[in-house]
Amino acid sequence: MMMRRFMKDRRFIWSGGALLVLCFLALFADWIAPYAYDAVSVGPNLSPPVNGFWMGTDVLGRDLFSRILFGARLSLAVGFCTAIFALVLGTVTGAVAGYFGGTWDRVLMGVVDLFYIFPMLLLAILLTLLLGRGFTGIFLAIGMTTWVTQARLVRALVLQARELPYVEAGRAIGLTHGRILFRHIVPNLLGPMIVSLTFQIPNNILTESFLSFVGLGLQPPYSSWGTLANEGFRGIQSYPHLMIFPGMALFITMIAFHFLGDSLRDILDPKSSIGSQSGQ
Amino acid sequence: MMATYLFKRMIQTLATLAFLVVTTFFLLRLAPGGPFDGEKVWPAEIQANIEAKYGLNQPLPKQFLVWAADLLRGDLRESFHYVGTPVTEIIREALPASFQLGGIALLISLILGLALGILSAWKRGTWLDFSAMFIAVSGITLPTYLIATLLVLLFSSWLGWLPPALWEDKLSMILPIVTLSLRPLAIIARMTRTTLLEVLHADYIRTAFSKGLDERTVILKHALRNALIPVVTLLGPITASLITGSYVVETIFQIPGLGQYFVTSVIDRDYPLVMGMTLTYGIILILCNLFVDLTYGIIDPRVRLENVK
Repeated sequence: MMMRRFMKDRRFIWSGGALLVLCFLALFADWIAPYAYDAVSVGPNLSPPVNGFWMGTDVLGRDLFSRILFGARLSLAVGFCTAIFALVLGTVTGAVAGYFGGTWDRVLMGVVDLFYIFPMLLLAILLTLLLGRGFTGIFLAIGMTTWVTQARLVRALVLQARELPYVEAGRAIGLTHGRILFRHIVPNLLGPMIVSLTFQIPNNILTESFLSFVGLGLQPPYSSWGTLANEGFRGIQSYPHLMIFPGMALFITMIAFHFLGDSLRDILDPKSSIGSQSGQ
Repeated sequence: MMATYLFKRMIQTLATLAFLVVTTFFLLRLAPGGPFDGEKVWPAEIQANIEAKYGLNQPLPKQFLVWAADLLRGDLRESFHYVGTPVTEIIREALPASFQLGGIALLISLILGLALGILSAWKRGTWLDFSAMFIAVSGITLPTYLIATLLVLLFSSWLGWLPPALWEDKLSMILPIVTLSLRPLAIIARMTRTTLLEVLHADYIRTAFSKGLDERTVILKHALRNALIPVVTLLGPITASLITGSYVVETIFQIPGLGQYFVTSVIDRDYPLVMGMTLTYGIILILCNLFVDLTYGIIDPRVRLENVK
């Protein structure tokens, strides 16, 4: 029944297919890419797209297509990991606050509200200074600024679920609170949580690319799409291909996630209005 | 009632602001590197002298208290990087450009976003709906730096119609404003469309139709008012981020606004300027949120202020 609704949704098939291809390319970049991401002088410097280097080469003669393929791995990894981090932290916080209410709710949501006001860019800069410009800094910067959205969402959902008959039934047969909450209520919220995850991942990819573009993200020779766009931006007038191709890769990914999220929302969670609203 | 609400609200606001400032202060100071670690290597005594002059050799909590005491007197100190320039002056000089850019962008995105959202909900399924949503989806999915670059490439490098940068005459303001407004415009348009479509199923809309009102009156007078509430919620954060200036837009178009200092001041470890910027941002954001909460009551009389979180 559910399966048929998925297969009938054209947006789901196209966007899901595109993302599968992308994940495949990212996972097997070592075999698919014609060159290594950091191999210099494999072709002429700053060549426009030509036969053999169909996305052109950069200032050090590195193949742009290979760099974008390896960049997909970095960008997707950051997107997935931060979104899952935010999901776990946000779900636990929101679920406990919503289920127990009272002091728990006030304290936890107080913390959430404090984080909510923190400017993402400032926190990201401070964290990358503190932890260095590597994966950890980026990861925490994005994770710490996005989990609050997740926490608010889960809290609102748990508040509604708390009053439903199956929760009362659980209490009547003497289940512990922890068991009711994490074995019964949270699994029932999987639909909306998956939907918000599909909106969170592209947002985080966009944020990573923004931070890298600003120069706070992953450093060369790593080639996340934001890093590539940053490198391309300097020579945009004469060598637009260096910025346009990474930008296209990012754009296609974002569009695919966007339609995937839309179709999942219609199928799994028709009543909600979760959307991609935050980010830069 | 109103007085208790305002009082509670003020305490909450001050606590939030204090958290923001304290966290920034200590995170910033825990980060390695200092304001005077340049290429020049000074003898140790000179370094110590400079640090003593700015009080940097004191224990951190004490430094914070001294800073806070200065703040209460309205003194944000002088910048380390722009030697001799008070932070208040830097911010005062940067504010107009950011306010101008952000204000116009907000106005445009609000008007066009609402118009697009209403149009596409009204004419849903038509080409109008599809093209409006195409604009909205591109606005949400394209990174700002890419939009900016593509616009500059197209309109100044290739067509030569508009200047590629600076903030001087009206012509030079077009590209940055368009770049900055595209994303909020897209978010507002989508939100308006979604909520409007939801509201159109409500009973009171059916009643309005059965009274014999035409579609236009029902949508604009009855449905829109209720559909606006979630849109207004988004306005707080959108306004603050627009007014404090998008760092990318200000950097790419070389606009002398607040946004640029957000990143450079931290990288320079210009402690007084970072703190000044954080404070400015926090105050703007809090004012925006307060404004939004008060607007709820006007749009939806059912909302009593006490219930607003």
